[in-house]
Amino acid sequence: MSHRGMEGSAVLAKNAAEPAVPLQHTRGSSMQTRLTKRNRHIHAENVIGRAIAMLCAAMLIILVLSISYFIASKGLATFFVNGVSLKEFLTGTTWDPEGEPAAFGVFPFILGSFLVTVLAAVIAAPLGIGAAIFMTEISPAFGKKILKPVIELLVGIPSVVYGYVGLTLLVPFIREQFEVLGFSVLAGGLVLALMILPTITSVAADAIEAVPQDLRNASLALGATRWQTIWHVVLHSALPGCLTAVVLGMARAFGEALAVQMVIGNTTKLPESILDPISTLTSGITLNMGNTIAGTPYNNALWSMALILLLMSFAFILILRILGRRKWASR
Amino acid sequence: MRIKAKIMDRTATFLLTAIAVLIIGVLFALLGFLLTQGWHKLNFDFLTSPPSIAEAGGGIGPQLFNSFYLLVLTMLIALPIGLGAGIYMAEYAPDNRFTRFIRLSIEVLSSLPSIVIGLFGLLVFVTMTGWGYSILSGALALTVFNLPLLVRITEDALRNVPPSQKEASLALGISKWRTITSVLLPAALPGIITGTILASGRVFGEAAALLFTAGMTSPDLVFHDFSLNSPTSPLNPMRPAETLAVHIWKVNSEGLTPDARDVADGAAAILVIAVLAFNLGARWFGTWLYRKITSGTQR
Repeated sequence: MSHRGMEGSAVLAKNAAEPAVPLQHTRGSSMQTRLTKRNRHIHAENVIGRAIAMLCAAMLIILVLSISYFIASKGLATFFVNGVSLKEFLTGTTWDPEGEPAAFGVFPFILGSFLVTVLAAVIAAPLGIGAAIFMTEISPAFGKKILKPVIELLVGIPSVVYGYVGLTLLVPFIREQFEVLGFSVLAGGLVLALMILPTITSVAADAIEAVPQDLRNASLALGATRWQTIWHVVLHSALPGCLTAVVLGMARAFGEALAVQMVIGNTTKLPESILDPISTLTSGITLNMGNTIAGTPYNNALWSMALILLLMSFAFILILRILGRRKWASR
Repeated sequence: MRIKAKIMDRTATFLLTAIAVLIIGVLFALLGFLLTQGWHKLNFDFLTSPPSIAEAGGGIGPQLFNSFYLLVLTMLIALPIGLGAGIYMAEYAPDNRFTRFIRLSIEVLSSLPSIVIGLFGLLVFVTMTGWGYSILSGALALTVFNLPLLVRITEDALRNVPPSQKEASLALGISKWRTITSVLLPAALPGIITGTILASGRVFGEAAALLFTAGMTSPDLVFHDFSLNSPTSPLNPMRPAETLAVHIWKVNSEGLTPDARDVADGAAAILVIAVLAFNLGARWFGTWLYRKITSGTQR
């Protein structure tokens, strides 16, 4: 920019030395030359700027493709190199990767992941949607001023801290109440519920806020109470958004590693009740990835578990997309 | 019938209020618990001395430093890319297949479990590059983890700039790129900075993506050695670095010191204080900057 300016003033100075040319005209022509001269430079700058921005955006695609490729190539080795059958892997209930013969049944891990996720969603969904209704329908002022910052702080608390609180408060509490080990599906579900509560609340609140005010007015004008309006009109129309909120929460719960690992006990036995300890896909990977040697069947099996996590997160996105389309269709 | 409906209404209002109060109560109980548990550990000695392996009395000095250093490195790598991609998505992206694919990629990246990102980091940034567990590998993994959020923050902030400002600039004959860099970005700055500080809080507390990239050990740091390649230099990006969040996890799962619980209490309190600071800082700074730039009084 600066050297352009200097060029321009040089032109002006040169013209000023020739008083025969009217000043007004000089200004105009120099402006003209400046504008036309700059064009090429500006064009180059525009093109380069756009290219850099595009490159950054393309980086996101490259990242997703390479993550999928690398996780898949390692994860598929279990089946193609080590010859474990897919059916045995997914439905086998014995996990003994170092035994003779080794058994690679990851069903207990898969079951564990689903159990804690569903339990967390069952606990957090009513609370989260309830809180969302409170902050949009019952008391927006209080909701905006106090509840929203509180929710944002809950999002900010690191997952290890949730795990640590679960470990020091929840696990001993369950141990004393039910006279069991304490490390359990229940502890995992409760910790996860607390972690996904803010996600559900904020997404559901957005969905409820987006319901047109006319619908509420019409319902209230018909003599419906506030609760009848919320239940029959607002929630009905915000249902896809609320489901989106719950699925987003479940996706987060399914992939959470450390907080869950700290409170669920990590056994590969199938649980008989929600008070029994269990393992999840994430906890299995976290605990064993560091102790196994790359390339061994044991290590490959862990990568296959990571592949399941990856595929599950694709599945969650697919569900979210379908829900999103629903929302548009009903409008 | 009407009385029943009224009773239902009252009950529902009561229950919903109870839920809101419960959530607020849980947050304060959580913060209160963590801070009261860890309060007695918050002294200069604990914050600066290295951890001990087998006896009581270790601190969290190196871990605290590692957390901040990793955060700075991550942001140095992630911010330019995030800004660039955000600019593209807000200002250039035409409605075509490429753009839709980028949107899908952002969605996928932001919903990937952080442990999966950690494993990707282990494979690519640790093993394939041959760097081993290092701060740089950790920073790259955290970049992957943080990038979708930064892109979204930048895009939203740019889209929130009133279109009249952009039109005015274009009408003055200023090129599109110049309009973006000298009109739109400054106007979007408060939003971008607030979002970045919040994202920093997330990076600061992240552990799962770091277990297998930055590692679970930290060498004895010599805090007056600032060469970039000495193995005990705090600034060496190729050394392994256990962060505060990873330390809490490690102490709880394999802690050998008799005061492991105490150390975890203190570390958790520090982590929560840091996150609170990031949160309140983002709020305060965003409002302040907004006022400074626009002379408006509220967001």
